[in-house]
Amino acid sequence: MAEALLSLSDIVVRHGDSTVLHLSRLEIRRGDILALIGPNGAGKSTLLRVMGLLQQPTEGKVFFQDEEASRENALRMRRRMASVFQEPLLLNASVYENAALGLKLRGFNRAEIRRRITPWLERLSIAHLSTRRVRTLSGGELQRTSLARALALDPDLLLLDEPFSALDPTTRESLLGDLQDILKQTGVTTVFVTHDRHEAFMLGSRVGVMREGKLLQVGPGLEVFTRPADESVAEIVGADTRIPAVTEISNDGVTKFRFDGGVAEATGAFPSGARVILCIRPEEIILSPPRDRERPNHFAAKVLKVIPSTLHYRLTLQCGGSRLSALVTRSSFMDLGIKEGDELTASFEAAAVHVIGKE
Amino acid sequence: MALIWDGIVTAFSLVFGGNAEVWSITWLSLKVSGLATMISLVVGIPLGILLAMTRFPGRPFAVALVNTGMGLPPVVVGLFVSIFLWRSGPLGFLDLIYTQSAIVIAQVVIAFPIVAGLTLTSFQTLNPNLGLQLLGIGASKPQLLWLLCKEARLPLLAAVMAGFGGVISEVGASMMVGGNIRGQTRVLTTATVLEAGKGNFDIAIALGLILLALSFAVNFLLTHIQQREQIRWPKPS
Amino acid sequence: MDAALFLAALTLSLSTIAWGGEPAQRNVILSTTTSTQDTGLLDILVPLFEKQTGYSVKTVSVGTGQALALAAKGDADVALVHAPSLEKEYVAYGKLLNRRLVMYNDFVIVGPKEDPARVKSTSKTIDALKLIEKANARFVSRGDNSGTHILEKTLWKQAGIEPKGVWYIESGQGMGATLGIANERNAYALADRATYLAFSKRLALAVLLEGDKPLLNIYSVMEVNPTNGPRINAAGGKAFADFMVAPATQAVIKTFGLEKYGRSLFVPVAGMKEEELGE
Repeated sequence: MAEALLSLSDIVVRHGDSTVLHLSRLEIRRGDILALIGPNGAGKSTLLRVMGLLQQPTEGKVFFQDEEASRENALRMRRRMASVFQEPLLLNASVYENAALGLKLRGFNRAEIRRRITPWLERLSIAHLSTRRVRTLSGGELQRTSLARALALDPDLLLLDEPFSALDPTTRESLLGDLQDILKQTGVTTVFVTHDRHEAFMLGSRVGVMREGKLLQVGPGLEVFTRPADESVAEIVGADTRIPAVTEISNDGVTKFRFDGGVAEATGAFPSGARVILCIRPEEIILSPPRDRERPNHFAAKVLKVIPSTLHYRLTLQCGGSRLSALVTRSSFMDLGIKEGDELTASFEAAAVHVIGKE
Repeated sequence: MALIWDGIVTAFSLVFGGNAEVWSITWLSLKVSGLATMISLVVGIPLGILLAMTRFPGRPFAVALVNTGMGLPPVVVGLFVSIFLWRSGPLGFLDLIYTQSAIVIAQVVIAFPIVAGLTLTSFQTLNPNLGLQLLGIGASKPQLLWLLCKEARLPLLAAVMAGFGGVISEVGASMMVGGNIRGQTRVLTTATVLEAGKGNFDIAIALGLILLALSFAVNFLLTHIQQREQIRWPKPS
Repeated sequence: MDAALFLAALTLSLSTIAWGGEPAQRNVILSTTTSTQDTGLLDILVPLFEKQTGYSVKTVSVGTGQALALAAKGDADVALVHAPSLEKEYVAYGKLLNRRLVMYNDFVIVGPKEDPARVKSTSKTIDALKLIEKANARFVSRGDNSGTHILEKTLWKQAGIEPKGVWYIESGQGMGATLGIANERNAYALADRATYLAFSKRLALAVLLEGDKPLLNIYSVMEVNPTNGPRINAAGGKAFADFMVAPATQAVIKTFGLEKYGRSLFVPVAGMKEEELGE
């Protein structure tokens, strides 16, 4: 049974007059991979620093392996963890010397260091750069060195703060892939911060959504992404279609909602008359030629804006007085010959509609 | 011009002819300023690191003080230290006035703000997150400081050179607290002033040249250490 | 490795610094003037004294004003200066004790060989100064309240002149530098003979007036009153003062400079009275 490796209780971090982080409870279990996402200033990095015992919270307690962290034992606990930041932050020395730094600080001898470092250098494909000075390396190679440095420590807890944000997309993908493999193989408990929700979804076993210093929702990725707890979370996880509606009737596990554009159906039972927000992920909205408007959850929609991307198109559509956000593949886009101003049919499954109670 | 040539010739004959007095004056200068510089490092570097890495109320004031201290006129320092060390002063019971120790004390006052101020700026060239990252892979506080000093060694060595340069070349403080006493507190700078005042310009120039040579030698050594680790810029192809 | 080297160097230098911890009563602080020091006489006398008595002398040579002020504060044990009027004041206030004459040298009026003010036409200092002022000839003064400067001011006062104007240059520096300026500007100056002789090779100036009684530069030694401050080495101060007027020392003073300049720089006068001096 996985126990709590790290638990945070009643954490408050204040900076001057403002509260930067306020968290009542969070547990990280052994083997967890927790991804933290949220806008800038959400407190994600602060939370990571508090977890890594690099910043003392203004109030609250941190427990690591069931022991409360204090000034006396902080160094010992910190040495069971390893942090990697967005910038590689290496010393002016060779790749090997940098990767070995963590072990050197803990007093391992040269032979032991070599024994532990070498497999990691190979694993991260930088063994051939071992004697190169870091000033001459590319961003990706630098970050690999930083990772090797952390992983060679065989930490109980790995903390990554936007480790790939500063890299170009190809390098980022390559490193992401490598990291995913490594995490799977080693099973090291990991908390990482990212502003890329796809990265979060891909790597994390759990996703935590933060905003303005609060942890709004934490849970398995799929749950957080398809069933956001409130509007803020919905926005952050990319459930971009958010329509205010009023509950009409509930029948047989399906409820009808009236919104400015028509009546939508969603699964589940809800008290009638309630004001809600209907959330639909853009991937769940299907576009088709302008007919078949009579079926449930099929609506007339006018294309307002087309934003092309590499493999898909993001469309903003007007449906009555409401906005829909859809994501279509390039092929669908081509097939339908979509242009701005076109009238189409937008539809979605009842099960794809997530209902959030409006505050 | 002939005067300078005379001076060069005299310098050679004094140094290589083994003039005992000149050698002892030179050695004294080196000893006193060397010791003062080393003490300034012990006091100034931690102070500079403290100012660079911590925030406390009144920090801007402390930094301004250090920066002002970097430009203290040596003769003013000498005057104030004298006032303390004179028999009539509060520290008179230490009997330090007109001794080598007095010169060391005054030169420490001159040099340590220079060392502290330049250490402060040298640490400010480091990435502000570097400290956090090093802690994040398990550095203890002492290990952290050691690593940061190593990372900042280029500008730190410049601080050392500036501190040494400031005191080996000063005359005001040495004169006031040392008294330029023959065989006891006469250093290269005060001896130069003395000889020039007596009209022995050839000896004065000689002493001046020896001082320059000494200063150059020390800086050459330190620069060599500093530049050893410099990147070789690749030749444009 | 570097740390070890550093510490080794530190320890080594610490061990070679002469700490101020010598028994304080072995030190005698002598306050005197830069011009006295520049004559080189003390370089002969001080080691002699140290060998004879075992005391270690710290000779502090500064301006006359500072030399007397240090003594008055008790930051010296004995003073050797040449400013009789000022000395008498300090003695009157009880700051300095047992004033005894040691030696004198003399001042001379020097100037350009061409002598535009015709100083050579008189043998009286006061008249020479009047001539210089009348001719608007350039004159360089010490301007630093040293013994020389005080004497110069007294002479101008006696001549009834307040020296002011473009022709009167105040150097604010020592005797050697002042002579240098006079040399460059083809000016007159009042200099002590010893310094003039020391610099004469470099100067195009000549002695135009000498031997007049007001031009005597009288050196006296005085002991610092033990109540002036803490830790005064009264015994040491007295020993040095006694040394300066001792017959053997006076004999050394008498011949000082003979070899180098062809004439003695000083006339030893210990035991004589001020009124008796000069011809």
